Amino acid sequence: MSNTIFDWKKDRSMFPEPDKDGKPVVELDSQKYIKVWQGPNHPGVTGNMALELTISGDEVMEAKTHVGYLHRGFEKLFERRRYMQCFPTSIRMCVPEPDINEYNLSRGTELLSGIEVPEMAGWLRMIALEMARLQVLLRTVPGQGGTIGLGLPAQWGLYYRELILDRFEELTGGRIYHMYILPGGVRGLLPDGFKKRLEDNLVKIEAFMKEVDRVVYSNAVFKKRTKGIGVVPPEWIDQYGATGPVARAAGYKRDVRKDYPYLYYDRLDFDYNVEHESDVFARFHVRRKDVDTTIDLLRQIMAKMPEKGELRAETPNVLHWKIPRGETLVRCESSRGEYLFYMVADGSIYPRRINLRGPSYTHGVVLLEKLLVNANISDVSSIMVSLATCPPEIER
Amino acid sequence: MNEIIEHIKKRFPVYEIGEGPNGVILMSVEASRLVPMLTSLKTNHGYSILVILSTVDWLEDCKFQLTYIVNNPEEKRDLGIRVFIQREDAEMESIHTLWEHAATFQREIKEMFGINFPGSPGVDDQFLLEGWDNKPPMRRDFDTKKYAEETFFPRPGRETNDPAAYMKQKLYPDE
Repeated sequence: MSNTIFDWKKDRSMFPEPDKDGKPVVELDSQKYIKVWQGPNHPGVTGNMALELTISGDEVMEAKTHVGYLHRGFEKLFERRRYMQCFPTSIRMCVPEPDINEYNLSRGTELLSGIEVPEMAGWLRMIALEMARLQVLLRTVPGQGGTIGLGLPAQWGLYYRELILDRFEELTGGRIYHMYILPGGVRGLLPDGFKKRLEDNLVKIEAFMKEVDRVVYSNAVFKKRTKGIGVVPPEWIDQYGATGPVARAAGYKRDVRKDYPYLYYDRLDFDYNVEHESDVFARFHVRRKDVDTTIDLLRQIMAKMPEKGELRAETPNVLHWKIPRGETLVRCESSRGEYLFYMVADGSIYPRRINLRGPSYTHGVVLLEKLLVNANISDVSSIMVSLATCPPEIER
Repeated sequence: MNEIIEHIKKRFPVYEIGEGPNGVILMSVEASRLVPMLTSLKTNHGYSILVILSTVDWLEDCKFQLTYIVNNPEEKRDLGIRVFIQREDAEMESIHTLWEHAATFQREIKEMFGINFPGSPGVDDQFLLEGWDNKPPMRRDFDTKKYAEETFFPRPGRETNDPAAYMKQKLYPDE
């Protein structure tokens, strides 16, 4: 897209001079460059994470991700806790969307000890997972505008997210951390009238998303600032293990719910949301379509789920629950992409190793460091938010 | 899938082939044959994504287990390859030439387990821990409780219950 106002690339490409390998040489002593820290406390970064930027004028020459400001050693703590005691710790590994941790840990524990989950519990798990996805998307989709100065829709989005948190409070007792999905099943049934109240919320959210379309997606400033910015070349997707909306925005049909169906997603009717431009705008467009898909899936789940049934399978005494030696891999689709647990049991009451691999592990480190080179400093937060990095996932 | 496994069995000395509870095929291989095997899987068999590189500390056997899980996005299959290395002066060949983001995994493993990956970019840089001069903290013989007691002083009014005893009292009082 020709862009006369912001057309600055020609001048800037003079600095820095590349060496014979084509790699830019950044000499801080030459006084052409300065180092700027974006984060760990900064409104333009997601979570407690720092970007060490070397800039020339307002163009980023080099970017380094620094994590560790939120390191709480979860994976180490798991090794000293019984399987059930791991749950309160695991949900802190991703604060905005804790349910995926509950699901993965439960599923891994069930797989390793050979427990089958009742059908009713499976459908209820899907309700919790989709509601969690919706509340994250209600932050990130309008919140994208916030990174380039359209802060108002982001504030509106938080109100609609609260509606979903109300439903979570009703269902589980907690607003942020739910502890609803447990090994063997779930903690409770849907309260009376829950479906109707959720449906009312969904109608309101649909109307709100139309406003977001008008205010953010049709906005000329938004388009100018996001189209052609932060382009991830499609060949990077496999090479760097990018997943979720980042992969789908590059034209790849990747969605764990369809590729490796878990729970009862294979009984639902939905499609991949794919774009091809692979820039910030395309990634937001994918997320915007994900909102519609999630709303549709919630309606399908509510229509197809059984009215009553068993909530939990029989599980051993949680204090003496020994899990036989074995390894497993559990994955689910989070709002940011593939969310994966690698679990190793050694036959004792404690897990030997639980390793999380979230999408941010590559999105937030390798991919972000590469995308920021030659970006304008005002686009840094926009690119970062479009990759949806979540630092606690990197520094478990 | 079986064809690939047969093919790999012919070319590489793999052992302990088994299927995990999730249908993931796991196999072990000698450390020296790992890189040729991963190269073959990536270039000939479509296993183009490195999903995770994880480490398990088997302190009682004096061994580290490195697990490389690779994924074939076309056939939607995972393959896990285990490598066992000695715990003393642990060192492993780097695979950053196959997948660039493996350097991040290796940098973290170097810091958390003390396994060296010579040649991996930035492997000696600090990743999460700043100014850490103790034993690598994810090793099983690093005692977090002892470290916390030695490093931080107790504050009055912060007495806690033993979690296991508390759970027993709450959940199974008659046992």
